[in-house]
Amino acid sequence: MMRRSYENDLNELHIEIIKMVSLIERAIEDSVRAFEQNDLALCEAIIDQDKTIDDLEKSIESKCLWLIAREQPVASDLKKITTGLKMITDMERIGDHAADIAALTLRLSVRNSFADSGHIPQMAEIAVSMVHDAVTSYINTDLELSKETRRRDDDVDEYFNVIKRELVSVFRSNEDAIDNAIDFLLIAKYLERIADHAVNICEWVEFSVTGKHKDAKVF
Amino acid sequence: MKGNTEIQKLRTEDLHLYYGDVHALKGINMDVHSRCITALIGPSGCGKSTFLKTLNRMNDTIPSVKITGKVILDGEDVYGKNVDVTVLRKKVGMVFQSPNPFPMSIYDNIAYGPRVHGQKRRHELDEIVERSLTSAAIWDEVKDRLKKPALGLSGGQQQRLCIARCLATQPEILLMDEPTSALDPISTSKIEELIYDLKKEYSIVIVTHNMQQAARVSDYTAFFLLGELIEYDTTNAIFSSPKVQQTENYITGRFG
Repeated sequence: MMRRSYENDLNELHIEIIKMVSLIERAIEDSVRAFEQNDLALCEAIIDQDKTIDDLEKSIESKCLWLIAREQPVASDLKKITTGLKMITDMERIGDHAADIAALTLRLSVRNSFADSGHIPQMAEIAVSMVHDAVTSYINTDLELSKETRRRDDDVDEYFNVIKRELVSVFRSNEDAIDNAIDFLLIAKYLERIADHAVNICEWVEFSVTGKHKDAKVF
Repeated sequence: MKGNTEIQKLRTEDLHLYYGDVHALKGINMDVHSRCITALIGPSGCGKSTFLKTLNRMNDTIPSVKITGKVILDGEDVYGKNVDVTVLRKKVGMVFQSPNPFPMSIYDNIAYGPRVHGQKRRHELDEIVERSLTSAAIWDEVKDRLKKPALGLSGGQQQRLCIARCLATQPEILLMDEPTSALDPISTSKIEELIYDLKKEYSIVIVTHNMQQAARVSDYTAFFLLGELIEYDTTNAIFSSPKVQQTENYITGRFG
């Protein structure tokens, strides 16, 4: 086996990406739980943790760029490194949105008693499962799982539309609840974006094997 | 980078070569496309240089060599009975790893081939020398010292001079055996640019150990291993999604 240090660097990169995916997976799970249980201490912890995710993104980015500069990778190696570079942007955004949901939950600590239909937790459950499965499909290079995960995005979008309609009726009927309703709408929007980023991760996982991105041959 | 045209210039059919008992090429079937650059890659001893030399019969001079199969250039087998090897080598020129100018003036180096082929008129030789040196992107550097010894040039200049010497006999195919491996990075990029320009008029086959060079300059890449042609495809396909695991292992540096 040649190029031992190159192999080591590629392994280290993989390990660091796995570390980052586990952190964002936990961040989004925690933020949904903190929202549902109104756990303010957990919200603070999620917001603090976001810096660690941002630092990991920079470290992975730097590793990828140095690997490209030093090793001039081709074929499957280059696909893997490119996938890393592209994925971390989506992962960092998921981390940001988890922190955004935590920040909104802090604001929502005084909640008005308008009827919450319970759709946000249902939507969150799918979004969290999509992040989980996108991450698993990366770790196991599981293209079937990644394709199946992408399909769930339609359900999330559907929930978003339902929640939006519900909140519009709150705006109309309950003036005191408007402030809270806006925050609920933002949380739903963040969940919808998180699901989109999970889809992006799946698409990069598929690229790492096929060289195709959204069915177009890229490399 | 795709070739300008996809016309087949040269083809080998079940080409085998033996150095005595050593089976160095094992049934190579390969097309060389017209006005394209074809790179031959593979670890040392894989047969790529041997294959290159079969294309203009440079192996003929080695007594123990036995060749079977065909090398078909423009429809004619170059190992056919009526082939004049001197004419063949005029058509299929070769540039070697180390620059090898003749120990004579720059002018005489370029005029050597045309003179061998009967060109004696001074005026026409002058034209050939200027045209060849211009095509090899070295005219401006040597036009004021044409009568000076070629060996006084730098390594990179000597290599471009050798390419000019090759062009002087108006070949159709240029064979290059690691033409930049003895050169510094600046001379290497000059030769690479030159190769890229030359493909407008010539079909080029280049042996290289530099994977990035193959990826940069060639339209097609052939991967050789232990005398076999393992994979042959467009350079883009080889360097993004090779079909054979051995190719992948080689180009990513995992064996060789």
